[in-house]
Amino acid sequence: MNDNLIKRNDGSELDVDWVMSQTANTSAIERRATTLGARRSIKKDHQAAWLLRAISCIDLTTLSGDDTEGRVRRLCAKGIRPIRPDLTRALGITNLHVGAVCVYHEMIETAITALGNSGIPVAAVSTGFPAGLSPLSTRLLEINESVAAGAKEIDIVISRRHVLTQNWQELFNEVKAFRSACGQAHLKTILATGELGSLRNVARASMVCMMAGADFIKTSTGKENVNATLATSIVMVRAIRDYYEQTGFKVGYKPAGGISKAKDALVYLSLIKEELGTDWVDASLFRFGASSLLGDIERQLEHYITGSYSANYRHPLG
Amino acid sequence: MQIKEIYDKMDYGAAPESSLEAHSWLEKHNYNFGNFINGKWKSCKDHFDTINPSNNKVLARVGQSSQADIDSAVKAARTAQKKWSAESDHKRARVLYAIARLLQKNSRLFAVLETLDNGKPIRESRDIDIPLAQRHFYYHAGMAQLMKAELPNRSPIGVCGQIIPWNFPLLMLSWKIAPAIAMGNAVVLKPAEYTSLTALLFAELCISAGVPKGLINIVTGDGKVGEMIVNHKDINKIAFTGSTEVGKLIREKTAGSGKSLTLELGGKSPFVVFDDADLDSAIEGVVDAIWFNQGQVCCAGSRLLVHEAIAEKFYKKLKARMKTLRLGNPLDKSIDMGAIIDKKQHEKISRMVSQSNGKVYQADIPLPEEGCFFSPTLITDLHTADPLMQEEIFGPVLVSTTFRTPSEAIELSNNTTFGLAASIWSENINLCLELAPKIKAGVVWINGTNMFDAAAGFGGLKQSGFGREGGWEGLLAYSKSKKHSPAIIKGKPVKKQISRVDHIDRTAKLYIGGKQCRPDSGYSQTVFDYKGKPVTQVPLSNRKDIRNAVEAMNSAKSWSHSTAHLRAQILYYLAENLSARTVEFTNNLQLLTGRADAQIEVEASIQRLFFYAAWSDKFDGSARSVPLKAIALVMNEAIGNCGVICDDRYPLLGFISAMAPLFATGNRSIIIPSEPFSPIVTDFYQVLDTSDVPPGTVNILTGRHTDLALELASHMDIESVWSFSTSDVSRDIEKASVSNLKRTWVSNGEKRDWYNEESQGIQFLTNSIENKTIWIPYGE
Repeated sequence: MNDNLIKRNDGSELDVDWVMSQTANTSAIERRATTLGARRSIKKDHQAAWLLRAISCIDLTTLSGDDTEGRVRRLCAKGIRPIRPDLTRALGITNLHVGAVCVYHEMIETAITALGNSGIPVAAVSTGFPAGLSPLSTRLLEINESVAAGAKEIDIVISRRHVLTQNWQELFNEVKAFRSACGQAHLKTILATGELGSLRNVARASMVCMMAGADFIKTSTGKENVNATLATSIVMVRAIRDYYEQTGFKVGYKPAGGISKAKDALVYLSLIKEELGTDWVDASLFRFGASSLLGDIERQLEHYITGSYSANYRHPLG
Repeated sequence: MQIKEIYDKMDYGAAPESSLEAHSWLEKHNYNFGNFINGKWKSCKDHFDTINPSNNKVLARVGQSSQADIDSAVKAARTAQKKWSAESDHKRARVLYAIARLLQKNSRLFAVLETLDNGKPIRESRDIDIPLAQRHFYYHAGMAQLMKAELPNRSPIGVCGQIIPWNFPLLMLSWKIAPAIAMGNAVVLKPAEYTSLTALLFAELCISAGVPKGLINIVTGDGKVGEMIVNHKDINKIAFTGSTEVGKLIREKTAGSGKSLTLELGGKSPFVVFDDADLDSAIEGVVDAIWFNQGQVCCAGSRLLVHEAIAEKFYKKLKARMKTLRLGNPLDKSIDMGAIIDKKQHEKISRMVSQSNGKVYQADIPLPEEGCFFSPTLITDLHTADPLMQEEIFGPVLVSTTFRTPSEAIELSNNTTFGLAASIWSENINLCLELAPKIKAGVVWINGTNMFDAAAGFGGLKQSGFGREGGWEGLLAYSKSKKHSPAIIKGKPVKKQISRVDHIDRTAKLYIGGKQCRPDSGYSQTVFDYKGKPVTQVPLSNRKDIRNAVEAMNSAKSWSHSTAHLRAQILYYLAENLSARTVEFTNNLQLLTGRADAQIEVEASIQRLFFYAAWSDKFDGSARSVPLKAIALVMNEAIGNCGVICDDRYPLLGFISAMAPLFATGNRSIIIPSEPFSPIVTDFYQVLDTSDVPPGTVNILTGRHTDLALELASHMDIESVWSFSTSDVSRDIEKASVSNLKRTWVSNGEKRDWYNEESQGIQFLTNSIENKTIWIPYGE
C-alpha cells in the first residue's frame, strides 16, 4: 500500500470559475463507457491477481435498518478472511483483507471489536445518511461521535439541493465543516450522483468537494434509483485527474451501489488504471462500495484454480 | 509470473484471441486460393503470398487473375444478372438476409481472419468491421424488398466492377456488394492484394446463402487486375474505394465509356476542437479518429485544429493519453493499435514524418520487435503551408495547428483539396450547427468521430470522390433511371409567315455577374436560322470569360445559404416575366428553328420554372434511424459552382431545364446555351435582369461547345459540369474533370426528350446537390 506516500488533500479555495468550467459531454462519455470493457481484457493469472486486488479495495458494507451486532460481526469476519484459506494458499497470497467495513454509527463499536488487530478500518456513514437533510448541527455532531467511537473513515452525504441550485459556496462550506469535524479520520463525500440531474453537475460537485478537502469522492449511497455507473465514474475520475494536475493532491474514488459482478469490477479497475494511472488502483485511493461483489469474485477465483465453475454455497457468507 | 507479483504491479497480461479456427480454414484450402467465379472455385496460374503484417509470416497463397479469368467472371455476372434482375424483390431480399445471418453466425471467424490478414486489432474487427458489414446486408435486404414500391423509376445498372481497399476488407466488400445486388446488379469484385482472405471466405459463404451462381464473383490480384476490370467493355459500372491517385486514373480510363462511376477516395479530415468542448471526451475522440485502424482510414480525423486558447492544454492531455495506448499483437484483446498493412506503407509513413518541419511527439511506449508497427505520432506547430497539413499520410500520424475564431476554423477546415469528413467538438450546439453546413465534407460528426451506419450515406466531396454508400442516396450509385420511350415532338418548318419587325441591329453579349459584357476574345460567330439565313452575331467566349464568370460565382457564394423560399420566389418571378413575353420568345424561336412547337417550348419552359420553384422549398433532407443515440441528418446541399452545356436543339427549354434545378438548390452556374440558337438565351438576359436574379448566380456564355466544354471541365474552381450538347464532348469533359475530380453528368451523345417527364424532376435535383450526413449524438 502506498498510504504513507499520499499527501492528504488539504483542499483549496473555492474557485467557482473552475467549478463552472467543468464540462461533460454525456453521449461521448457513454460511448467511452460502453467500449471500455472491450478495450481491455484481463484473463487468466492476471484476472486472478486483479480480482484479488479488487477484494482489497472493497468497502464491505451493511447499511440496513435491521442490522444487528451479530450481522456486523459476521460481515467483519468475512472482511478479515474474504476468501477461503485453501484459495489464498493456491493463489500464493497472504494478508488479504478488504479495504474497510462500512456500517452505520451504532455498529462502529461492534465492528471495531470484531475487526480487532486486522488493520481493517471501520468506515461509518454519516451526516443524516442517506438524505442528509437533518440539521447541520446534528450532522456535525454525528461525525464527532463516529470519530470518537473509532471510525477511521467517514462517508458523508452532500446536500443535493446545493448542487441543484448551484449554491457552490454553501456546498463548499458544508463539506469543509465536515472535513474539519473529521479530524484525522478520512472524509469520503457521497455525491448521490443519481440525484444530481446531469453529468456536468456530477463534475462540478466533485470539484467543489475536492476543493473543500474530501479524501475520497463517492458516487452513491446505494439508496438512489441510479447508483454507480461507468459514465458517472468517467466524469468523477476525470475531475480527480484535473484536480490532481492543478493542486498535486491525489483524491480517492469510490463507486458504490450496483457493482456486483467480478467482470464489472475488472472494468472499473481498468478504467482507473487508464484514466488515473496504476497508483490509483490501490485501496488507499480506490474503493468499491459493495456487498455482493465479493461473492462473485470468490466464485471466479475458485474457477481459476480448479477450472470448474463454482457455486455460491461453497463460499462462506459475508 | 506469480499472482502476487501481478497483484503488486497491476499490469495487463496477454489476452490473445485464438486463431485456430481461422488457420484450419486456411488449411482446408491448402493455404492456396483461386478465384470464385460462377459459383465455383477456379484455380489461377499465378499466385502471390498474403502476409500477416504483425509477424511478417505468410498466411496463404492467393491467385493473380489473368484477363481470361476476368472475362469469364464478367461473362458469368452478365448471365446471372439477367436472371437476378427478373427475380422478385422478395427473392432478392431473402438472399441478402441469408448473407447477413451467415455473417453473424460466423462473425468470429471473419473477425479473426481479418485481423490476421490486415493487422488491425481484434477489438475493431470484432466490434466494428464485422457488425457493420452484417448491418449493411440487413439494411439492404430491406432495400431489395422495397425496390419496386419505393423506387418505381429505377432499374439495375447491370454488371458492376468493384475494387476495394485493404483497410476495411470485409466492410468495404459489404458496402459494395449489398447495395449492388439489392438493386438487381451482379458483381465482379476485386479485394486488395494485401487482404483477399475475408473476401474469399465470403465467397464460400455465398454458396451456403443460396446466392445464384455468377451473381457475386471474387477475383484476386494486384493493380493490373483492377485495370482489367476498369477497362472491361462489358462492365456497366465501376465502384472504387482507394487512393485519390488511382481514383483519378480510373476517371480518366472510363471517360467517355458510358460506364457509371463512383469513387470513394482519400481525405485529410479536420478534427476541430473549440475552447468550450469537453476536452477529455475530445481526447478520446482523437484516439478514435486517428489511431483507429492505425490511422489507415480514409475519413481519419488526421488534421487537428485546436482553438488557440486551449491548444497547449489540449496537447498536454493528448500526449498524456498517447502514453496509455497499447501496441502489439493485434489478436490481443487489450491492444489499441495493431500493425501497419505493409512494409512499403510503413516506409512511406516514416519518410513523411521524418521530413516534417513541425514538433514531432511519439509517446515512449513499447513497440513489438517483429512486425510492421508504427508509434502513434502527434506533430504540432505546423502551418497550412506544410506538406503534412495537405497530404494524406494514411497512418497513425496526427498533424495539428491552431485557429482563433469559428470563421477561421471553417477556413482552415476547407483549406484542402479533400472533402470527406469533419469532426466538430463544442458544447455549444449553435456553434456546431453553424459549422456543419459550412465545412466542405460529405460527413460531419458533432462531438463524435468515425460513426458509421448503413442508413446514413457516406462519401466525399472534392478530391475525396463522388457517390454515396449507404442510405437511399447510396442506391443511386447502383440503379439508373428507367428510360421512357422517346417522344420528341418533331419540329416541322412553319408554314405561316411571321412578319419580321425591322429591329435595330441587336447586340448579344455575355452575361456575367448580372451584367452584360463583351467577350474577351473580341470575336463573334454568326447565327443562322433554319433556312440558313444569317440572323445575328453572338460572342465567342473563351477561357478568360469562364475565369471571369467563376469569379462572379465566387462573389455570389452566399446564394448557397439563401432561403429556399427566396429561391422559389425568384423562379416564380422568372416564370411570370417569361410568360409576359411568350409571343416574342415564340416568334423568335420559330424564326430561328422553324419548328412548329415553338409555343409549346415556351409554355413548357414556363411550367418548368414553376416546377422547380415548387420543388425549391420541398427538396428536403431527412433524418435517418441509426442504431445509436444520435440523429443522422442527411442534408441536400448545393454543390457550388456548376457549368452546363445545353442541348442545341431546344434552346429555351434545354436552357431552363438545367438552369432552374441548379438555381433552385442554391448553386451558382455558368450556362453555355445552344450553339446554333443562342440568341434565344441572350434575349433571356432581360428576363433575368427583371426578375431579381442575384448577380453571379446565373452566368451565360455563348460560344463553341467543343472549346468551352474542355475549359469548364478543367477549371479547378468549378465543382460540377453537365452536358446535354449535341457535340461530342462527353469524353472530353469526363477526362478533363480529373483535374479536381469534379462531378460530371453527360449525355454521351444520347438525345434527350425535353418534354418528357424524365427531363424534369428528381434526377436533375439529385445531380444538383451533394448529400451531407451530419451526425448529432445527444444525451444529458
